[in-house]
Amino acid sequence: MSPADSAGPGFEYRQELAGREIPRSREGSRTPGWDEPADLEKDPAEVPDPALVDVPAKLRTEIEKAMARYPDRHSAALPALRAAQDHHGWCSPQAILEAACVMRVTPGYLTSVATFYDMFELQPAGENIVYVCTNISCSLRGADELYASLEAEVGERRDITLRHFECLGACDIAPMVSVDHVYYGPLGKGDAKRLVGDLRAGREPIPELALALRATAASELRKEQK
Amino acid sequence: MSAAVKPLLLRDIDEPGLSDIAVYERRGGYKALRKALAMTQEAVIAELEASGLRGRGGAGFPAGRKASFLPKGDIDKYLVCNADESEPGTFKDRELMQKSPHMLIEGIVIAAHAAGANHAFIYIRGEYEEQARILDAAIVQARAAGYIGRRILGSELSLSLVLHRGAGAYICGEETGLLDSLEGKRGNPRLKPPFPALQGLYQGPTLINNVETLMTMPHIISMGGKKYAKLGVSGSSGTKVVSVSGHVRRPGNYEIELGIPSRQIIFDLAGGPPPSRKVKMWFPGGSSAPVLTAKDLDVPYDFDSLAKAGSMLGSGAIIVIDDKTPVLDVALKTAKFYRHESCGKCTPCREGTNWTVKMLERIEAGDATPMDLDIMASVQEHIIGNCLCVLGDAMAMPIGSMIAKFRGEFEAHIQSRQLASVA
Repeated sequence: MSPADSAGPGFEYRQELAGREIPRSREGSRTPGWDEPADLEKDPAEVPDPALVDVPAKLRTEIEKAMARYPDRHSAALPALRAAQDHHGWCSPQAILEAACVMRVTPGYLTSVATFYDMFELQPAGENIVYVCTNISCSLRGADELYASLEAEVGERRDITLRHFECLGACDIAPMVSVDHVYYGPLGKGDAKRLVGDLRAGREPIPELALALRATAASELRKEQK
Repeated sequence: MSAAVKPLLLRDIDEPGLSDIAVYERRGGYKALRKALAMTQEAVIAELEASGLRGRGGAGFPAGRKASFLPKGDIDKYLVCNADESEPGTFKDRELMQKSPHMLIEGIVIAAHAAGANHAFIYIRGEYEEQARILDAAIVQARAAGYIGRRILGSELSLSLVLHRGAGAYICGEETGLLDSLEGKRGNPRLKPPFPALQGLYQGPTLINNVETLMTMPHIISMGGKKYAKLGVSGSSGTKVVSVSGHVRRPGNYEIELGIPSRQIIFDLAGGPPPSRKVKMWFPGGSSAPVLTAKDLDVPYDFDSLAKAGSMLGSGAIIVIDDKTPVLDVALKTAKFYRHESCGKCTPCREGTNWTVKMLERIEAGDATPMDLDIMASVQEHIIGNCLCVLGDAMAMPIGSMIAKFRGEFEAHIQSRQLASVA
């Protein structure tokens, strides 16, 4: 039995799909291969065999620790997927297989969970992940223009994954971005260029715009009233 | 009258290092917890009920009554803090958790005492990684100080507290979707009843409260429920942290006494729209609330008055939109958000949000007729009340209100596009 066999049906197929854009809802959910007949001889989905799946020790400990925190180990699905994603750079079929192996669930179960949440990267991601909030409050303050200029700055290179994101809960610093899960804003003209430049040079991006440094609105108001 | 009140939750928010337990204790922190633990469970619930505190997450359900619904007896009971703040326009919990994590922990232990819960979870949205780190550190400190753990401060109460991070799904802010997500599943809402108070997390009795609700509890205990009830107006007691964003000069969180005119929040505190621009419409309680217009600026900002004005207080997030913004843009942004976030479990919401976006895009492209507005309005009516949760309603209400209040603008847009295509 090869490692791929232990990964359950569709493992190779999912690996093959990785990196390909799958159009959804344009033609219904006609993912590539949708019209191929099902193989009825195949075994049903199985929990991966620990003897056949090589899970990195660090990842295994992290997932086991997460499982120990909850009364029910299934609750660790999100932390486990996050750990696997951090380890592999994205939720690749291999990453999901390893997480499923430690959690003793089928890869199909974890795939169903991973596809529900926006923060799991289902395609290979770049080194830096930049979310741009383009919801109402941010778009009123120029988030769509910000996204366009970031897109232009990033260009064709795949080192930075740029994503539209729904309200990130930081409308006070609109328009804002979350760079590898750290918030920055408000971004003005030229900040898009600086952000991408800083990231590519390996520096902390636009440090003075970090949310953590920002004073509260009430203190700003008091200052103004004085 | 000045809009500023003596703040409770934001009193020490600018204190440097408040996220450290020593600073928090120096500012009087954890005193309310000692007081609460010396009281009986019933007495704590009685104080909460006397305060008239209504949930700050969106629904506005009386917090004391909610805590009293949990069955008595020696069984595993759960307390879940809903920190999955994802309502567009809302960012109060983010600032509160970032600056004052110990106030939340204190509130959680008090609420656990009131509900008789022995396991507590904070479900924080995955995007709040910085805040999760701060909370994690605060939990370690609180555990070391004996505020969490076995027999807290020598009382009968034992409580475990786990911080659980979400992974990016608006629907997990809905309490039963949150529970499924916390159990490691896709965050689909559940059928109610049974309500979480009887069958919630792991099928056990569960109390779910918003961050701000829990953070208010220490203040209620320390000042007494009756005194707290004197703040604000009848039916909406207390103070509220309001997030103001959009076209205002000073977007941010402001703590107000409920019942002050909305105009004071938008103009006196947040600075109003930029010079030479006017308020066209505003969401009073996050993007799920029906929009109000400039005519409604004097409506008192409290639960009942906003409901009477045809909207809701929701999560207490005001989004101001000025007169230069087409209503169509706002409607399309709103609808696209709900289409993206619909979990797909119930047909009216899954299809209704999708069709609303398609119709709005048709209007934008100039392929629509005024009849489309009627169809769109009727789609909204068919969503409301027909799903397991209110996500679909949360799109239907603001979109419906925009069509009703700005029908002329939609029609003018359709007409101008038609004329342009003829020419």
